[in-house]
Amino acid sequence: MADFLINSVGLPPWLAWTVVAGVAAVLILNVIAGGALVFIWAERKIAARIQDRLGPTRTGGRFGWLQSLADGIKLLAKEDLMPEGADGLLFRIAPYVSFCASFAAFIALPFAFDFVGQRLNVGVFFVVAVLGLEVFGVILAGYASASKWSLFGAMREAAQVVSYEVPLGMCVVVPVMLAGTMDLVTIAEKQAGWFTNWYLFHDPFTFVVFWVYVTCAVASVNRAPFDLAEAESELVAGFHTEYSGLRWSFFFMAEYGSMFLVSALAAVLFLGGWNGPVPVAALLGLSEGTGDTAHYFVRLIGCGNLLLKATLGVLVMMWIRWTLPRLRIDQVMTVCLKYCTPIAAVMFAGAMLWQLFLPGGLVPGLSRPAGEIREGWLPGPGGAARGPVGQAAKKTVAQVQP
Amino acid sequence: MTGCLMLAAVNFHTLLFYLFAILACGFAVGVVVADNVVRMALYLVLSLGATAGLFFLAGAEFIGAMQLMIYVGGTLVLLVFGVMLTAQAPFVTIKTSPGDRVLAGIVAASLLALLLQAAFSVEAWRRPGLGEVAQPAATPIGVALVGIRVDEPPAGAPPGVRSGYLLPFEIVSVHLLVVLVGAAYLARAKRRRTQRAIEVAASVQSLVEPVVEVPRQARGSASALATGGTR
Repeated sequence: MADFLINSVGLPPWLAWTVVAGVAAVLILNVIAGGALVFIWAERKIAARIQDRLGPTRTGGRFGWLQSLADGIKLLAKEDLMPEGADGLLFRIAPYVSFCASFAAFIALPFAFDFVGQRLNVGVFFVVAVLGLEVFGVILAGYASASKWSLFGAMREAAQVVSYEVPLGMCVVVPVMLAGTMDLVTIAEKQAGWFTNWYLFHDPFTFVVFWVYVTCAVASVNRAPFDLAEAESELVAGFHTEYSGLRWSFFFMAEYGSMFLVSALAAVLFLGGWNGPVPVAALLGLSEGTGDTAHYFVRLIGCGNLLLKATLGVLVMMWIRWTLPRLRIDQVMTVCLKYCTPIAAVMFAGAMLWQLFLPGGLVPGLSRPAGEIREGWLPGPGGAARGPVGQAAKKTVAQVQP
Repeated sequence: MTGCLMLAAVNFHTLLFYLFAILACGFAVGVVVADNVVRMALYLVLSLGATAGLFFLAGAEFIGAMQLMIYVGGTLVLLVFGVMLTAQAPFVTIKTSPGDRVLAGIVAASLLALLLQAAFSVEAWRRPGLGEVAQPAATPIGVALVGIRVDEPPAGAPPGVRSGYLLPFEIVSVHLLVVLVGAAYLARAKRRRTQRAIEVAASVQSLVEPVVEVPRQARGSASALATGGTR
């Protein structure tokens, strides 16, 4: 896009790059903010249905679909309180720290083959690293509020997130190992084709590791049953007890943003990314040798695919939240340290051994051997190197090695 | 329009470099100047984050993400400890004594002098050509740390034997382990019975504890109920 602006429109490079960055940033911001609006409405409806209620029904006509917007306006108009004893600077800065961390992690998240803010060589690592920073805002908020409830909530959150980063990292490493790269785009591209190519179905170990990842992801974004940081029954509202108005809504946008992010990450790592369960585009012959418009169309479908998978992930999180009771803090730690971490470690070793001894899978030809091509394999746009796993790339590797 | 042209003349990378550099240095000064532990930690995080930005700017994405993961994440734990240790009173401030300031100034100045000397001893401020990159890479050092010298065998060694820095590396690791154990020992929950704590505990107890002694049997069943969820 930047090249197009420079060459065809004639903008100076710095302006072109700024425009491109701005477009990406605004799009991501819209995904987070718009997503939060929709998800909050969905959460209310789902919670209501699970509890045998109706939920919002009046605002905006039939399903109360304008409820979140009305809430947003209410939050905008609400008085912005700050406790007297609070540390003003930290109190004000904390919601933005949370939100920025959630937002920055989206930069490396690919939505379809070329739809990625900034394609990074170490995309997975970047996303996990930046997502871990979100807890920083929570701790700052808890500390700066000068309230015992807030401080308790923040401390619990810190303990929880720091512990859950260990099994989460181990789960994330498994697809990275199978794909042989940390580039999210390449990881998703390698799962192209039928859904049997998804890393979820690669071998039994990855199947188990996916569910460990789901558990850790729910815990790392502080959703029930792991929402000790804002345990309403004990801590009023946890770390955001003292917040109101727009600042409070920033925390919520950060929460829904990171929920969406971990779901999208699960989709990319385990569920084939933007590749649908059935390779419709490939069957129609759209992805090979057709024009630019067709490529664009395919990517648009892929983008919808990924958004759908991520949304499903978020809905599952809501389902879990309104179904399971909250764990105690010691149970949270037990789940992390005694169950998730050992299971993830064993599954990691198992996936490694499987990769070593059964690289072709149990049924030959059904699932493709993964990870035979390492860094540097970057397929051309629109799947030039798709099909039977980039024959051209294989050849070049073979040529280089002797 | 002229402003546009002038901006176009500025190298975009240079501009961002200065931005990140100023941020990193400014927040580093902030760490020194601030007197609240949590604010210090915040400035430290921002400074380290700006350094990560410098790495990303240089195209070293892995090191940048590492910087975020290790340093910023490590500071997070530091922050938690800071909050926990200063939670007795809200917003404890730390005053540095003048002697400490002088000492720190001397250490910092000498380190700065060393770094400047090292930086200016580079032949020229130029980008290394493609051919020159191979030599100063960090790979030989990393490989030597696990015991294999790829650069040269030690003098007088029989052919094929190349000793690396494995032993020093292990010693450093053991040191780190000792430090870890020591930190765990120091940070473990010790109940210091100050007069104030005893008073508070007594008042809380009188508020919470029912006057009537609960029978032992009932207590046991209550605790069994409470822990029943974990089984």
